[in-house]
Amino acid sequence: MKTSIVLKREYLSRVRKRSFIVMTLLSPLIMAAFIVGYAYLIFAEDTEIKNIGIIDESMVLFESLHNSDIIKFELLAGKSIDDARELYTKDELYSILYIPANVVQSKRIQLFSEKQPSQAVVMYIENAIETYLEDKNIVDAGISREMLQSLKVKMAVDTIKWKEDGEEVKSNTGITMGLGYGAGFLIYMFIFIYGAQVMRGVIEEKTSRIVEVIISSVKPFQLMMGKIVGIALVGLTQFLAWIILITLFSWIGLALLAPDYSPEQVMQQNPASSVMATQGVPQGMNVTDISMEGDKIQKLIDSTLNSINFVAVILSFLFYFLGGYLIYAALFAAIGSAVDSETDTQQFMMPITIPLIIALLVMINAIQNPDGQLAFWFSIIPLTSPIVMMARIPFGVPYWEIGLSMGLLIATFIFTTWVASKIYKTGILMYGQKVSYKEIWKWIKYSS
Amino acid sequence: MELFKAENIHKNFVDHVALNNVSIHVPEGSIFGLLGPNGAGKTTLIRIINQIFAPDSGELFFKNGLLRPEHVAQIGYLPEERGLYKKMKVGEQALYLARLKGLSKQDALKRLKYWFEKFEIQAWWDKKVEELSKGMQQKVQFIVTVLHKPPLLIFDEPFSGFDPINANLLKNEILQLKKEGATIIFSTHNMGSVEELCDNISLINKAEVILEGHIDTIREQHKSNTFEVKFLGLFNKLEATLSSEYEIVEATHQDDIHSVRFRLIKQMTTNELLTILMKKGTIVGFNEVIPTMNDIFIKVVEGSNKGNDLL
Repeated sequence: MKTSIVLKREYLSRVRKRSFIVMTLLSPLIMAAFIVGYAYLIFAEDTEIKNIGIIDESMVLFESLHNSDIIKFELLAGKSIDDARELYTKDELYSILYIPANVVQSKRIQLFSEKQPSQAVVMYIENAIETYLEDKNIVDAGISREMLQSLKVKMAVDTIKWKEDGEEVKSNTGITMGLGYGAGFLIYMFIFIYGAQVMRGVIEEKTSRIVEVIISSVKPFQLMMGKIVGIALVGLTQFLAWIILITLFSWIGLALLAPDYSPEQVMQQNPASSVMATQGVPQGMNVTDISMEGDKIQKLIDSTLNSINFVAVILSFLFYFLGGYLIYAALFAAIGSAVDSETDTQQFMMPITIPLIIALLVMINAIQNPDGQLAFWFSIIPLTSPIVMMARIPFGVPYWEIGLSMGLLIATFIFTTWVASKIYKTGILMYGQKVSYKEIWKWIKYSS
Repeated sequence: MELFKAENIHKNFVDHVALNNVSIHVPEGSIFGLLGPNGAGKTTLIRIINQIFAPDSGELFFKNGLLRPEHVAQIGYLPEERGLYKKMKVGEQALYLARLKGLSKQDALKRLKYWFEKFEIQAWWDKKVEELSKGMQQKVQFIVTVLHKPPLLIFDEPFSGFDPINANLLKNEILQLKKEGATIIFSTHNMGSVEELCDNISLINKAEVILEGHIDTIREQHKSNTFEVKFLGLFNKLEATLSSEYEIVEATHQDDIHSVRFRLIKQMTTNELLTILMKKGTIVGFNEVIPTMNDIFIKVVEGSNKGNDLL
């Protein structure tokens, strides 16, 4: 079929372009570099064994410092702080910990080194000594640690969703919001980037004057649809390539940089606990709390991820991703056909840009209030629904709403494509005319 | 037999009439000139033949039946506004356009090879179009137009953008195609090429056909009894004789040879005329002046404009 020949050319001519190949390879490389870099910061430093010398004037506290996998303590017995500098270079120590005699009162110890010591090391030492001293205080106060633990109060609000089948699922609003926002924003980007490509493609055919040669062989509608679908496939190819390459590059990067940690471990690295590990422990928590808190968060994330119906999210993402692109792509094609050069497109871009920007603004509101009136209506109205509905879907949307929204989207797609093809058919053969909205209205009314 | 026929075509655009009751008949195996001033409606008619537009009313016939959508594969069209994808390679692009006309890949490649060799442009195959000159691009476009061997070819201003050498090459190719049996509709402002190439013409002005027929018949009909004589002798003597029954249009003198163009007012045969002239001097040359297509074009179009103005 002729449309498929057009489609093939539109696809191949773009996919083989140097700029496409560079973008497709470079973007994942940059993304992967961020991921690997982030992971490296978390893990790589920890693999190095750190020898820390202790000068303990209190003569007791060093007992509280036990060696860990990567931190080895060494008591520099009989040395004073005056010898520290010399010892530091001679023994190739990571740092020297100085515990003054009055530490119990001052609650201050010092860690000397040439480089800024890692936060993890500082935290480790702080926690060890805190726990030691706390235990001592607890014993002095005549109570047990268990009792202290039972006196502590720690509040948490769990958000629980009732699913339609009555099942209760713990969820986390933050993750759901992030997912909704990410999906909506991707659609917004896709419409703009690839819609503009459709428009540029039409303008190119017009200015190069090849269009009349082509439409003596194929119908203008076939040419337009071939271009729109071809470019949609270019977009999908790029996204797919990005997903695969980002994963692949991250995998390779991690394998090279942090061979001790399997990529699975990195992927499963609990973001909450890694944040704590690097940024310090919230006050009032001790080491055991951290791991407990970490577990809890991990569980919550798992539970949230379980609570989101991923099949529904992915399927509706694909639908709105393509549907949103298709209703706008036809309009972009119509604009391209009505003008002689890209600089003339400004006045006609408004009707396209405004609903998209409104959609983006409503989406930001919708992820905070996914069942509000605003979110509801704009996820039904077809020009904004792909972006707004996508932001709502991870929170769970009744099927009838999705059905209505999708149905309207399909109807609108047929309508905009029909209108656009009328404009397109007349527009592509008009040269050297300043076209107004009035003129375009005449083209729509005019049937050939 | 007629290969293509358009009967009573009407086409209105949003705010003007593009074609009003236009009929053309294109005999098979001939070159048909579609003439007319800018904006007369030629391009609209050509686009209707290519089924880019549909007429508001009227009928189109191709071969033995009505013109149908699948006939686009049997028409080759070189539009006036023509171009190629600038960033695409020449060969790939020619192949693409050929395939859109319905040729298979193998067929298209074989025929392209033939034409590229014929025009000695094999070296361009992998070049991008933007690297070629305008004339070179026109050659590629010509090849693409004729590649699928359509029985009907439509050339809209084919010579624009060609230098004289390549224009001549193109002219010979068009004549060759005619010899091979193709029917050609040829639209141009260049009346010289119309005289050289066309068999029949239709002249369209302001959406209507104002003149049609075989080119020889038309020129014959537009003869205005004008003759040109070259003679040796005294110009005054001739002038005195001619002033009464003839009107002198133009006279040039070179040494003793005088060239005089004059229009006959009285009806008489050529022999009678010659007898009168022979008495006045030595005749070196004598011929009847047949109007050029350029003259006819201007006369007919201006006449039709005046007629419309009076209405």
